[in-house]
Amino acid sequence: MRLFGFALLLSGWGIVLTALALLSAEAPRIAFVLAGIGVEIVGLVLVIRAHPIRRGAHQ
Amino acid sequence: MIPAPNAAPSDSATLLCLAFIFLVPCAAAGLALISTGLGRSRSAAHSMMSSLCVLAVAALAYFVCGFAWQGFAGGPAHVVSVGGKEWSWIAAGPFFLRHQTLDGSPASLAALLGMFSVGLAALIPLGSGADRWRLGACCASTAVLAGWTYPLFAHWVWGGGWLARLGANYGLGSGFVDSGGAGTIQAVGGLTALSIAWIVGARHGKYAHDGMPTAIPGHNGVLVILGCVLALLGWLGLNSAGAVLYNGAEPGQAVLVAINTILCAATAALTAAVITHVRFGKPDASLTANGWIGGLAASSGACAFVSPAEAATIGLLAGALVTFSVEWFEFHMSVDDPGGSISAHAMGGLCGVFSVGIFARIPAIAMDAAGKPTAGATGQWLAQLVGIATLIGFVLPLTYGLNWLLDRVYTQRVAAEGERQGMDLYELGAGAYPEFIVHSDEFTER
Repeated sequence: MRLFGFALLLSGWGIVLTALALLSAEAPRIAFVLAGIGVEIVGLVLVIRAHPIRRGAHQ
Repeated sequence: MIPAPNAAPSDSATLLCLAFIFLVPCAAAGLALISTGLGRSRSAAHSMMSSLCVLAVAALAYFVCGFAWQGFAGGPAHVVSVGGKEWSWIAAGPFFLRHQTLDGSPASLAALLGMFSVGLAALIPLGSGADRWRLGACCASTAVLAGWTYPLFAHWVWGGGWLARLGANYGLGSGFVDSGGAGTIQAVGGLTALSIAWIVGARHGKYAHDGMPTAIPGHNGVLVILGCVLALLGWLGLNSAGAVLYNGAEPGQAVLVAINTILCAATAALTAAVITHVRFGKPDASLTANGWIGGLAASSGACAFVSPAEAATIGLLAGALVTFSVEWFEFHMSVDDPGGSISAHAMGGLCGVFSVGIFARIPAIAMDAAGKPTAGATGQWLAQLVGIATLIGFVLPLTYGLNWLLDRVYTQRVAAEGERQGMDLYELGAGAYPEFIVHSDEFTER
């Protein structure tokens, strides 16, 4: 789940970059940038949920 | 927004900028004191020693390759052309500051400011890893941060990179603007602090079996508050130098920057004090200190482009955000962050970055790398949003991945015996307060 979460973070960023590079009209560009950030938020939630309490890690 | 590459500042501007930069180490001293004060007494010497080593390693790593990869607007860089627009990904300067004339030119001032700023960013994770992060691991992680992660993002923002060019290339306001480093220093450091907190895990005894956190108060509130005051001094220099160097602000504008910086910190700290007073019956000193630092971090974004009233509003928002996020990280995310670094620096920094898009009025004299005025403030909020997306979507995975790899090679968390004994005795062989009796009752199983 952690790996998938980080993959979603990077994918969201990729969507933001792609929207900047490929879309010239303002409205679709804003929509895709916001969509990319939405994907990042989902990824962040997954990463957070994949990190339970690690008491005594490496012990 | 990038100053013209060959704009030579006047002698007085250079001197003033140097004076501002020389104040920045005060912020490092402040952060070191805060991390130490909010940690345990048996790790106090270790915390200060780690701070010193981190500053040393950061300066060396930045000297070896950091500035070469950060660069300065107009310098050599690796550029990719996408749809006819140039995207500068990383600078291509020589290592070891070779061929760099260190004579007060804007590039040399940027190298000096960068050397201090990268140390500041590297100090931030010490707060989240306090009481269990090994000294050697701190240094290794700092080398990675100062040698790669920080310079890469700093190039994008301050070195004429693609984020700075969003205005010139895509008409997004003046591009990503971050005059004092709310994103470049604070958020990058804060997200690294989050990665470290995840990788090293919580302190032994912090969470009970049912997952409820236990309060482990900091050992010296006096150090914490003194650290806050020192940090203010450093931030005055950092914000002023950044505004002059990276945003082409006139040296006289430092008055506005200073007023905005103190107002932002003041309202953030008072907001935190009032919130904790209302919720817990008494104001909480450590959360108020976190609010103060969060306000300083937030002030770094727009300090040169907002009115004092707007700076106070940004501080108010940052103070509330930091106070609630400390609790959120501790209770709901199970992240043990003794110094509150993640909330103060990452959340405060992101708040500062976004506030540029909401409040800032960036003058049209702002110039791109070619020396031409960039577009107005239209789309500025989108440029700031792209910067935030880059911090969360790229910098966080990058810094986590690098520290995770480092942890596979060189374990970052101290052994159980070291945590029980205290980092001072275990790693340094001597404590900060040898006459104190160390109690061990907090290690009983809950």
